[in-house]
Amino acid sequence: MAVNKETVLTIATLAHLEMAPDQIDDQIDRMNRILDLVDEMQAVNTDDVEPLATPFDQVQRLRPDVVTESDQRDKLQTVAPRTTDGLYLVPRVVE
Amino acid sequence: MSDWQIVIGLEIHAQLNTRSKIFSAVSTAFGAEPNTQASLVDLGFPGVLPVTNEAVYEKAVAFGLGVSAQINHRSVFDRKNYFYPDLPKGYQITQLADPIVEHGNVDIELADGSTKTIHITRAHLEEDAGKSLHEDYAGETGVDLNRAGTPLLEIVSEPDLRSAEEASTYARLIHKLLTSLDICDGNMAEGSMRCDANVSVRRYKNHPLGTRTETKNINSFRFLEQAINYEVERQIQVLESGGRVTQETRLYDPDRNETRPMRSKETAMDYRYFPEPDLLPVVIDDSYVEAIRERLPEMPDEKRERFERAFELTTEDAETLSTNRALADYFEQVATASEPRLASNWVRVELLGRVSKDNFDMAQVPIPASELATLINRISDDMISGKIAKTIFEALWNREASSVDAYIEAEGLKQVSDSSDLAPIVTSIIAANPKQAEQYRAGKTKLLGFFVGQVMKETGGRANPKQVNDLVRSELDATG
Repeated sequence: MAVNKETVLTIATLAHLEMAPDQIDDQIDRMNRILDLVDEMQAVNTDDVEPLATPFDQVQRLRPDVVTESDQRDKLQTVAPRTTDGLYLVPRVVE
Repeated sequence: MSDWQIVIGLEIHAQLNTRSKIFSAVSTAFGAEPNTQASLVDLGFPGVLPVTNEAVYEKAVAFGLGVSAQINHRSVFDRKNYFYPDLPKGYQITQLADPIVEHGNVDIELADGSTKTIHITRAHLEEDAGKSLHEDYAGETGVDLNRAGTPLLEIVSEPDLRSAEEASTYARLIHKLLTSLDICDGNMAEGSMRCDANVSVRRYKNHPLGTRTETKNINSFRFLEQAINYEVERQIQVLESGGRVTQETRLYDPDRNETRPMRSKETAMDYRYFPEPDLLPVVIDDSYVEAIRERLPEMPDEKRERFERAFELTTEDAETLSTNRALADYFEQVATASEPRLASNWVRVELLGRVSKDNFDMAQVPIPASELATLINRISDDMISGKIAKTIFEALWNREASSVDAYIEAEGLKQVSDSSDLAPIVTSIIAANPKQAEQYRAGKTKLLGFFVGQVMKETGGRANPKQVNDLVRSELDATG
């Protein structure tokens, strides 16, 4: 599988990234190199290599349904660019 | 229109009534000041980790058992990626390939009395998003993230529904199940249950399905019917005029009774789902499921049948009293401590005349079941008349009285049913109205009611009407 111009533009749209036309070729090249690296890794013979420790045989622990967090709004909103009436303000999102 | 078949599937989002959120230990209480119930986890700060609430699993499993579904012993959370300000992480944690519940079904009753099985594809756990407020901030959107992370059970039906009526009947049944199982408060006005309707039409049965549209976030049964009917008509018009239905997401506007496309999408949405790396699979076993099955409350239909049997109620009355769990519990307490059919009347007429069946909330009912039972017992044992009982009910409702017996005593409301007390009153009333007495004896027996009324008035409504009737009649007949 190789990345082409269309793939790059689709990914840019999904990621909400602006991409100048002269950046596209460079991006295609970079992404293809990542895929090449994956191909290279997959080609390595790992038959006698012990797998790393993974959590995949573990299961999730659940938490009791108890409220332990308290209101931190004032503190949390100090890092927000714009707030008013307790709300976070963002550029208008409806058309 | 008759040669079009309507095909509908519903996605119902039910907020689970847990105390804390699905992945953070933050309160889910409705109506708090904006963003006072939004923690680092809910806001999607870097470096934080979700920790799953055990109660969401119990509730999802209870729902699965309630719809005779398969409970998956291993379920996995996934990330659904999209950008919207009310989803600060940039992804919603949901379950795609391995949901907790699959392959359920429920039977709905159709208008002609027959039943139809509606299949439930799946029910999966996910987190709710925050709320965007577009109105009050010029050029900007205000975001309240209190709702972000509220646990949702998304219940997806097969496209088995064939009309707006069937869809709303099914939605009502799911609502009843959710509230009876006590896993969702069912308050649709507060958004505790929301429906997305997938609607398409096709020329003939068994033809391939037509292109569908999805109308989102419908928050009442009436709007659900209206939105579907609008969408069906619109699609048929488009197709009959040679056009094609666009697969899109639409929004129902109840003010104009129409649906509109929600957002224009040049490219089809690609959510790039992948397994949530912050959460391991959840594994449950048979004993976990069986323990929940044992604790499962009675289902609404079972309850209705039991009410019919145990309390000798009509199906219709039993249905009214069993739909809402809080109401059913209240009625049952009254009915077991008094005469059940009287209890049924009082709860249905007097109580439900003051508080809605659908949003029955014990916090709004100032009369304990035990007091209503006492009130009914005082009617049964002839201590008070039905009319006096209503004034006592009124006093209890307005919190002017708290104990029925104390109030009867204090206000002297005891029915006068001692003949030696009533007889002199009857005699004096007849003596005071000689003309009417004469007419009665001449055959105008309808005047009996007049004398009874006078006696009732004289006793302040406390006389036993049946006894007054007998006394007046014998007195008039005797002194002729």
